[in-house]
Amino acid sequence: MITHRLHVKENRPVAFSEATLKKVRELIQQYPEGKQKSALLPVLHMAQEELGGYLSVDVMDYVASLLQLNPIEVFEVATFYSMFYLEPVGKYVIEVCRTAPCAICGGEEILEYLKEKLQIGVGETTPDGLFTLKTVECLGGCGYAPVLQVNTQFHEQLDQVAIDRLLDTLRKQAADPSSADLTWASQFC
Amino acid sequence: MVKVTIDNIQVEVEEGTTILQAARKIGGSVVPPAMCYYSSLAGSGGKCRTCLVKVAHSSARDPRPMPKLVASCCTPVQEGMVVLNQTSHEVVEARKAIVEFLLINHPLDCPVCDQAGECDLQDLSFGYGLEETRYEEDRREFPEIDIGPFIKLHMNRCILCYRCVYLCEQLTEKREHGVLYRGDTSEISTFIRQSIDNEFSGNVIDVCPVGALTDRTFRFKSRVWFLKPMDVHRECPACSGKAVAWMFGEEIQRITGRKDRYGEVEEFICNECRFEKKSRADWVFEGPRKIKRQSVISANHYEKMKKPSIINPIEGTIEQSDNSET
Amino acid sequence: MGKPVLLEHIRIPGIRQFGVYRSHGGYRPVEKALLEMSPTEVGQEVTRSGLRGRGGAGFPTGLKWSFLNRKSDKPRYLVCNADESEPGTFKDRYLMEHLPHRLVEGLIVSSYALGVNTCYIYIRGEFKYLVRILEHAIREAKENGFLGERILGTDFSLEIHLHPGAGAYICGEETALLESLEGKRGNPRIKPPYPAYKGLYDCPTVVNNVETLAAVGPIINMGGEAYAGLGKGKSTGTKLISACGHINRPGVYEIEMGLPVEEFIFSDEYCNGIRSGRHLKAVIPGGSSVPVLPADLILRTAKNEKRLLTYESLEEGGFDSGSMLGSGGFIVYDETACMVRNTLNLTRFYRHESCGQCSPCREGTGWMEKVLWRIEHGEGRWKDIDLLVNIARHIEGNTICPFGDAAAWPVASAIRHFREEFEYHVEYPDEVRVITHGNLVRETRFTGGHPVSGIRFR
Ligand SMILES: Cc1cc2nc3c(=O)[nH]c(=O)nc-3n(C[C@H](O)[C@H](O)[C@H](O)COP(=O)(O)O)c2cc1C
Ligand code: SF4
Ligand code: SF4
Ligand code: FES
Repeated sequence: MITHRLHVKENRPVAFSEATLKKVRELIQQYPEGKQKSALLPVLHMAQEELGGYLSVDVMDYVASLLQLNPIEVFEVATFYSMFYLEPVGKYVIEVCRTAPCAICGGEEILEYLKEKLQIGVGETTPDGLFTLKTVECLGGCGYAPVLQVNTQFHEQLDQVAIDRLLDTLRKQAADPSSADLTWASQFC
Repeated sequence: MVKVTIDNIQVEVEEGTTILQAARKIGGSVVPPAMCYYSSLAGSGGKCRTCLVKVAHSSARDPRPMPKLVASCCTPVQEGMVVLNQTSHEVVEARKAIVEFLLINHPLDCPVCDQAGECDLQDLSFGYGLEETRYEEDRREFPEIDIGPFIKLHMNRCILCYRCVYLCEQLTEKREHGVLYRGDTSEISTFIRQSIDNEFSGNVIDVCPVGALTDRTFRFKSRVWFLKPMDVHRECPACSGKAVAWMFGEEIQRITGRKDRYGEVEEFICNECRFEKKSRADWVFEGPRKIKRQSVISANHYEKMKKPSIINPIEGTIEQSDNSET
Repeated sequence: MGKPVLLEHIRIPGIRQFGVYRSHGGYRPVEKALLEMSPTEVGQEVTRSGLRGRGGAGFPTGLKWSFLNRKSDKPRYLVCNADESEPGTFKDRYLMEHLPHRLVEGLIVSSYALGVNTCYIYIRGEFKYLVRILEHAIREAKENGFLGERILGTDFSLEIHLHPGAGAYICGEETALLESLEGKRGNPRIKPPYPAYKGLYDCPTVVNNVETLAAVGPIINMGGEAYAGLGKGKSTGTKLISACGHINRPGVYEIEMGLPVEEFIFSDEYCNGIRSGRHLKAVIPGGSSVPVLPADLILRTAKNEKRLLTYESLEEGGFDSGSMLGSGGFIVYDETACMVRNTLNLTRFYRHESCGQCSPCREGTGWMEKVLWRIEHGEGRWKDIDLLVNIARHIEGNTICPFGDAAAWPVASAIRHFREEFEYHVEYPDEVRVITHGNLVRETRFTGGHPVSGIRFR
């Protein structure tokens, strides 16, 4: 848990696509002039999504330059929030809720089952780079416990059968990206 | 001007003054200890909670007490406010608790720490510490790192007062270190490997209340109580050039800013003065420094409150305070 | 309960779409407020309704609005607190997912009352799907002339922006939320100054919970007095209660304030009793931050009166035998739940979520977790129990923000009401060691001879 590790800047070129840059510019417009720092959280989300799944020093430097910030301001923020990963992660990050309402309704068992199934511990990634297992704090799904999220997509009222099915679907999806993308967005809007 | 009473002593201060500053105007034992507040750094204070006091009467208009203890460093006074510091059992108990919290993860390495003898936390635990620790778990441990050729960061000892962060934000061109992570895993760090060597960055050593940021050009050379501090100055294009030279015999072992009795630097000095001017010929000597450190160790021994006196820890002399700010 | 107020439209298919919502009387409050009332009148109506903040503190909303500094020439902001991360609470999410237009409508009316032209919804980062739903709702409202420039031909203009968080419970605290909205670490600010004077970008700001703001629409519709007619005493109107834990029917329920807790837990209209025919052991009635109460004290107060779901009734008995309504996260435990393990879990949560700014909370939460971990894993000592009580007391009230209290109360209350369970863990370390390690059968997981203070309901 205690890091105090000094990270290395690799000086690899990173850049958003034109479309994302346009979104960033729009986003900055949401905030009063000179307050572009406000866009930091959403831009870091975009960076994590588009530029490698985690925030490397290079990516954070790039975000800092986009928003005209001092890099340390970005490091401070990125390390504060638990949704930002500072180390590489697998394609699917499975985050199991471990807070009391889930824990008393089977959350702990779900986590154990996943560890066993994926043969990895919490914080680790499977050798094929597909799954990273993590824990999170209360996801606001206590009534539908136990809950987990896969890359911010919620899965609720789980049991071992549901987990099996979920892993299968994800594996299939990874093998064939054109197969069903069961995101919330496609279900709702 | 408003009148406030702190530990039964009345004082008149300007509107908007904080309780802490009002207490400092009185001086002596009514002054709450401050580990994170630093008057010249905007935004500092409120974090360590050692300066908590009880407000027995909020103001002349509203005589009710405030429901919780308040941080005196960031609570402004009001006309007719009555504040209890040393005279409140509740305050003393809370302060003991805060000191305990600050110490649980603090290493017990005072014997090898460069700050020993001028450490605010050491003073504080002398005044408010429990005899024995109730903390039996593992302590947080970080490796020590060098941030640049002049400064060493010993994160184990840090109490996360944020002073060094505000200093670099406000005094240097570009802040390169900050507080990372959160909760009890927070740490002061640069995140990436780089050195902090802005022109004024050396001042972090002076504002750090503990031995977390220390002078690499001085480390382990000596202990402060063997050194004789001299007020010195020089012509410096970057700063005021007013400093203190810590002498071991004829040798300048380190240069620091001039601290007032609350441990706050009067004028910040530049890195060149601090780290590179170590020869007697660089400086004009004014005479021995009259240290008026408001140490809790000494504050605790006061019996009478009207005329606080200050013990000079170096020369062993006792000075009568004239109750005015230095 | 009678007719639902907030969730009036919940069962209508397609209600997430503007057209459907509109055809069921949606956005009527906006028309009424903007065309027929002055901003002051809207504020007065909210004051009259007795609406109290649904985010946790229960502060009267009308009063909060009246504090907003209207003299300053800086812009004013309304920030909607949708950072819902309190364990046990999932009502805001439910509301936004099913009735996004309820919130948008409330935001428009509230902004009008406050003279605000820019409004931010700070939504927790994990609710990414909700961002899409809300974006959609905002776009629809804009297309239909309820947002943007000169709404309904008046000279009132409003933009609503969404701002995602990134995983930090503390950003629910209003000043931490503002810091986060400014793109900084979520460190709560030192108060005073209060947001009403110096909030977002140092401008006067009001921060309100999702449910609070969503209730403004119905209040304008039915009139403040009618809203105040619902509920009991100073707890007016209806409240969303999110129920979870060992009950038969977890979920979000809209109740009229004043419903007896007993009825809420056991009636088949609501939670429908305890799961698998077990007994009620304990309840945390207002989200994990409020004190836990054992079965006897949650159903009846120490004075042997029925405990009701109101701010006042749940507080009855103060710290010794009461709790709080908080955010309405109702967590129910049956006799299989181990209170030590549960307290350890919550303390771990608070340690993980502390911002680390002030020393009592930063150091105290970690210390409590370590001690609780030892007790739960059979390494506790007798003096540890009193030590925990003492640490909790030292954190409480000495911190920058109420998070410190929130971290201290679960520990203090669990020990107050379930001390014998903590003592049991110390007395029989071998037994608890067996129970907590490697046993994956849920049924026996938390049991095994723990003394249980639960009582059977009739
Ligand atoms: C640690 C902490 C966490 C909080 N989390 C939330 C939250 O997730 N959602 C919320 O609406 N209010 C939360 N609050 C309460 C807010 O600080 C604030 O009181 C509320 O947003 C005010 O809105 P209201 O008056 O409408 O209740 C939290 C408070 C604290 C101290
Ligand atoms: S390093 Fe020193 S000055 Fe900086 S936060 Fe830590 S204790 Fe304070
Ligand atoms: S009480 Fe905890 S969360 Fe609140 S400011 Fe202090 S350290 Fe941060
Ligand atoms: S000096 Fe006031 S809180 Fe630290």
